[in-house]
Amino acid sequence: MARSAFSISAALIVAGLIIGPVTAVLWRGGGFTALSAADVSALKFTIWQAFWSALISVVLAIPVARALARRAFWGRSALISVMGAPFILPVIVAILGLLAVFGGNGMLNLLLSPLGLPRLEIYGAQGVILAHVFFNLPLAVRLILQGWLAVPSERFRVAASLGAPVFWLLEWPMLRRVVPGAFAVIFVICLGSFAVALTLGGGPRATTVELAIYQAFKFDFDLSKAASLAVVQLCLGLGAGGLALFLSRGDLLGAGFDRVVQRWDGSKVLDAVCIGFAALFLLAPLVAVAIAGVTGLIDLPSSVWGAAVRSLMIALGAIVLTMTLALPLATKAGEAASLLGISVSGLVLGTGLFLIVQPFVRPSSVALPVTMVVNVLMALPFVLRILRPGIEAARADFGRLGQSLGLSGFALWRIVYLPRVRRPMGFAAGLTGALAMGDLGVITLFSRPGEGTLPLMMYDLMGRYQMDAAYGAALVLVVLSLGVFWVFDKGGRAHAVV
Amino acid sequence: MKKTLLTVAGLMFASVAAAETNVLTVYAPDYFGSEWGPGPSIEAAFEAQCECDLQYQTGDVLPRLLLEGERTEADVVIGLNTDVTKRARESGLLGEHSVDLSVLTLPIEWADDVFVPFNYSHTAFIYDNTKLDGFDSFEDLLNAPDDVRVVIQDPRSSISGLALVLWVQSVYGDEAEAAWGRLAPKIVTVTQGWSEAYGLFTDGEADVVLSFTTSPAYHIIAEEDLTKSAAIFDEGHYFFVELAAKVAGTDNPELADQFMAFVLTPEFQSLIPTTNWSFPAALPIEQWPEGFQELPQPETVLFYSEDEAAALRDGAIEAWRVALSQ
Repeated sequence: MARSAFSISAALIVAGLIIGPVTAVLWRGGGFTALSAADVSALKFTIWQAFWSALISVVLAIPVARALARRAFWGRSALISVMGAPFILPVIVAILGLLAVFGGNGMLNLLLSPLGLPRLEIYGAQGVILAHVFFNLPLAVRLILQGWLAVPSERFRVAASLGAPVFWLLEWPMLRRVVPGAFAVIFVICLGSFAVALTLGGGPRATTVELAIYQAFKFDFDLSKAASLAVVQLCLGLGAGGLALFLSRGDLLGAGFDRVVQRWDGSKVLDAVCIGFAALFLLAPLVAVAIAGVTGLIDLPSSVWGAAVRSLMIALGAIVLTMTLALPLATKAGEAASLLGISVSGLVLGTGLFLIVQPFVRPSSVALPVTMVVNVLMALPFVLRILRPGIEAARADFGRLGQSLGLSGFALWRIVYLPRVRRPMGFAAGLTGALAMGDLGVITLFSRPGEGTLPLMMYDLMGRYQMDAAYGAALVLVVLSLGVFWVFDKGGRAHAVV
Repeated sequence: MKKTLLTVAGLMFASVAAAETNVLTVYAPDYFGSEWGPGPSIEAAFEAQCECDLQYQTGDVLPRLLLEGERTEADVVIGLNTDVTKRARESGLLGEHSVDLSVLTLPIEWADDVFVPFNYSHTAFIYDNTKLDGFDSFEDLLNAPDDVRVVIQDPRSSISGLALVLWVQSVYGDEAEAAWGRLAPKIVTVTQGWSEAYGLFTDGEADVVLSFTTSPAYHIIAEEDLTKSAAIFDEGHYFFVELAAKVAGTDNPELADQFMAFVLTPEFQSLIPTTNWSFPAALPIEQWPEGFQELPQPETVLFYSEDEAAALRDGAIEAWRVALSQ
């Protein structure tokens, strides 16, 4: 029972770290404020775009994940790693990358116009959803791919030798278990959209709740309004999370011998088209970002390396903290609690933490630890979504066997669990690090930690007309983020049986 | 866990804080304190004469000050805009300055006993003069063909965006919503802040961008690029000023006063143009750097007092929102 006490206290810490700050802002603001008509229409648009963004991301991810699961080809693992990059791009860089492909003077329009085809207009609801799919398709693919790889290969062999319908027998139950969770995480991420929705949405038609919070905080200093909207965000996040957990009741598929999956079914051509399309969609904007960045590299000041080191330290710290919290939290309740972290506005979270620490210490002296804590809170929902299925399956399939063999404590963990969750753990650690590196932080109130991180440097350069150098900084950021992601993701695969 | 982290961090910084005696803490926006902003050179110049240590705390200046209240660490705040002066003044957290304002060279009258302006510009539309002929008036811009692509900033999240809706308000008054309706088809998109919009413009995604009359100076001086121009409108341009103020409860009032006086000295003022890319607030035009002296200046400068702006703001934003949501 020690484990469950541990789990409960971890869940309480996480919930407290989120609900505490929101309550602090609400208290300081003097209670709730009724939402205005403009807030309600912002809320409607926010939910609408988040629903479609999440749905399209997940639906497109299914064939791509299946193709990646059942095909082996040269460069497959590198492709899977690089395709994850959009998820960790700083928002403004991703927007510029997307515009280089889909924008008014983008590659696509340059191809379309000689053919006499109408100009493609990215600005509008379609642009918002396109960008959100670009950001979140990689996450959806990876989450669903994990589900596929977790199906024991024996099952596919047996199904193949019996000529049984693989989809209905094996894949459908797996999808039922994995897809609702992936949908919920992406839905909640998109609820917090602000700069993407505004810039690509073409104007005030695409106003989100996050913008209303920003306005309430920065211009009106209306903490009550900001906190009220944050509570609405929390309720939406909890609702989506609860619904997903309720829907994702699927049967576990039972234990196998952990062998490599070999498949005989499916169309090779179809799979190649799926992978090719996804790679083109995700990588073309990245290439555009890289090309813009290379020329900017020479304009970068030497302080970029100090900023890079600081960003790396934040990333590594976030990985250690997140993994420590994630293992006890890998339960249903833990995952639900963690979803709060991405549903609430970073601005409100930062303000609340500021109000809480301010009576005790100089806020500027705790900028770094606060940045770290916030990064952990932001990463936990993804990490748990990635880890929980593996840990629960290992517990269900091998927990009793391990106990009957007299394994306990570290030995049980090392022999039974670690080999089965090493791959998701590596992926989760890499994602945490990459997300923490790219985070601009909710720390604007606390002053920057030290002399600034890479994302801050990038925004500083942009704000000083130095767009080329900013793209250079963005390239350094992307390469380092991907590097951190790749090292851990790869580390997770080393020696793993599957 | 959080507590441990706080303790560790507290210990780390406690020794640093104890070593300093005569410290002037200045709250400033990120861009001001950054390596590329005016912060570092101003710090060096002031420290050379004050026998003190000037420390910037960068981030959201006013929200932080308001959250901290009387407990604030700040002695001076710098980088505020006129859209927040009313709230800042009403908080009672800022004190009166004793700076001689007669040295100001602003295009408008300025006699504020709390806020000292240190640089200014005007909102303006910037375009590439090799591709467009430019616009002589707001009417000219509104009458431009709809395929001219314009990018602006959101008045609800950006200070320059807010200045634009006040500009339209002062030019068109009750007809503001109709004017926005005519501009709307040309607006490709609205961005959160200035950086994103200007990035879209330099990337060729837009032909015209909302920025400042001083923007071409950067291209001329730093890039030797003469292709970016500000369209100067007959109706006039909205005034955009950045301010400094002394914190009322500062524990170092002499040093704070010394810094406030330093703000309007030629030493401080001559650092402004090429670090903050704005017009200095108290420096005769003959002493401006080359590139700034030649910039076209609007004949009419439009500006609302903070009370007028506060009264007009919500209606002006609503006119913008309604017209652009059609």
